[in-house]
Amino acid sequence: MVKSKNDLLFEILIAVIITLVGLACLIPILFVISYSFTPMEEVLRNGGFVLIPRHVTLSAYRFMLKNEMLISALQNSAFITVVGTAINMVVTMMLAYPLSRTYLPGRGLFIKLIVFTMIFSAGTIPTYLVVKETGVINSLWALIFPSLVTVYNFIVMKSFFEGLPNDLFESARIDGAGEFKILFRIVLPLSLPIITTISLYYAVSHWNVYTAAILYIQDANKMPLQVILRRMIDAARTIDLNVEDEMPPETMRMAAVCIATAPIIVIYPFIQRYFVQGTLAGAVKG
Amino acid sequence: MQSPAQPTYRAKPLGQRAVRALRMYWPLYLMIVPGMIFFLVYKYAPMFGIQIAFKNFSLKKVISASPWLWEDGKTWFYWFQRFFRSPANTQIIANTLIISIGKLLAQMIPPLIFALAISETCLKRYARVIQTISYLPHFLSWVIIFGICATMLGESSGVVNNLIRKMGGEAIPFLNNKAYIRGVLIGTSLWQSLGWSSIVFLAAIAGIDTSMYEAATIDGCGRFRKIWYITLPNLGRIFVVLLITKVGHILDGGFEQVYIFLNDRVSSTAQIIDTWVYTQGLGKQQYSLTTAVGLLKSVLSCGLVLGTNALARKWDSSLW
Repeated sequence: MVKSKNDLLFEILIAVIITLVGLACLIPILFVISYSFTPMEEVLRNGGFVLIPRHVTLSAYRFMLKNEMLISALQNSAFITVVGTAINMVVTMMLAYPLSRTYLPGRGLFIKLIVFTMIFSAGTIPTYLVVKETGVINSLWALIFPSLVTVYNFIVMKSFFEGLPNDLFESARIDGAGEFKILFRIVLPLSLPIITTISLYYAVSHWNVYTAAILYIQDANKMPLQVILRRMIDAARTIDLNVEDEMPPETMRMAAVCIATAPIIVIYPFIQRYFVQGTLAGAVKG
Repeated sequence: MQSPAQPTYRAKPLGQRAVRALRMYWPLYLMIVPGMIFFLVYKYAPMFGIQIAFKNFSLKKVISASPWLWEDGKTWFYWFQRFFRSPANTQIIANTLIISIGKLLAQMIPPLIFALAISETCLKRYARVIQTISYLPHFLSWVIIFGICATMLGESSGVVNNLIRKMGGEAIPFLNNKAYIRGVLIGTSLWQSLGWSSIVFLAAIAGIDTSMYEAATIDGCGRFRKIWYITLPNLGRIFVVLLITKVGHILDGGFEQVYIFLNDRVSSTAQIIDTWVYTQGLGKQQYSLTTAVGLLKSVLSCGLVLGTNALARKWDSSLW
């Protein structure tokens, strides 16, 4: 490639754009993490801006992890993330596998029924009334059953299954394997990348759930993490919590934010390529 | 068991065919039962509840026992009329559209530019690292992002305002001022989705036939011309697809984000249809009114999706 003056300027310009995006994404996150570890006097000395603290304190974490509200919220979120994702996956796979078999009579109708719910929804209130009727309201199950299958995830999984060679199933059938056996013994091991991807999608959405919780749950001790965190942020903003003096509400709020984000940040480097695969699989389908 | 259904030369009645299909493939049908029950119960059953948009419904009675609006001497569009009579509600629709369109642009144009930058740069390894970092905000919940914003943009102790004060300016109440809140909503949405939205564009760029670029090089095209005449036109298809999916959500505005950022001081410019439905419907138990508004929203969204779809198909028949 000929390096003209224009070319060089262009390279510099795009390098600047890329760097700015990187900094914009990283700095707020880094800032919040260091804030939660920084002792108050250092924060004040620096006018609130600390990217790399000189002294590190864990007192905000020690205090937050004694907070019963936060502990119960963490337990609730862990429960819906683990149990919810497991149920999501079993149901989504059992739905996607048969509907990926092109010879199944009625397949088109079922798929249309599913995709239609993406285009038209009954709305918040009628859905709320049904959730109430089904008796799961004000329990953690209200955060699992009303979002059992995501149409997008179903489509991604179905199109992956469609790509598996048919001969494989044929020979298994000749060997006398039933459909359930084929799904769990043959399809599942062959689909590990897509299964990982979709599980992670479901898991993140459970961990981050907020809307469903404020719709369907009233009791504070059944609330998932995000709702409790939102309340803590507000409490820290308005009244100064009035706890241990050396503990500014801001620091505790940031500690809570970090506790809530930690699982995602920790697993993120290992899983991000799966996520990218999943979004591409979906994008190809349009 | 043969995989393709045996061709039947004389079409049998539907019932007979169904019985035959069930006998042949019952394990497969059994598998989809839980999933289909979910869709029927939580997606289709609520559609029967839509009728309360044409009734005066309260929790004291079951839906079917509540009288229709016209049985009480009202018009069938009573609730719609009531919604539109209040000027505050027109403002809500305007807010929804402004916030949605702002977010739509923020999720289409900057990611495209970022994707172009990533694909054009000669610093490939560096670009990969930045890319990985840029996906991270996508996985943070809105509550987390709100927490970050409160610390960065807060009025009394936020970093940004500390900086402004240090430079002799006056603190700006980003999160509590109705003039700034839409900008904050659109900006945070951009921050969250920039890297993630660029993935689709990057994949499309990677899929462009490289021989086109080679031919252009031989013809003496520079980089700008290649971007302008080859890369951008080739991204047209994916751009339209994304636009269609987003236009269908133009009346949404993003309930979760807006509700989390909402407070009394900014509600005049940040209240959107969905947050209004939530507070009026569940908070004030105005089930019929809010169902009517929700129904209107669903119907319009559905029409928008189908309309843009048809338009895109007419415009470019090779799209699907």
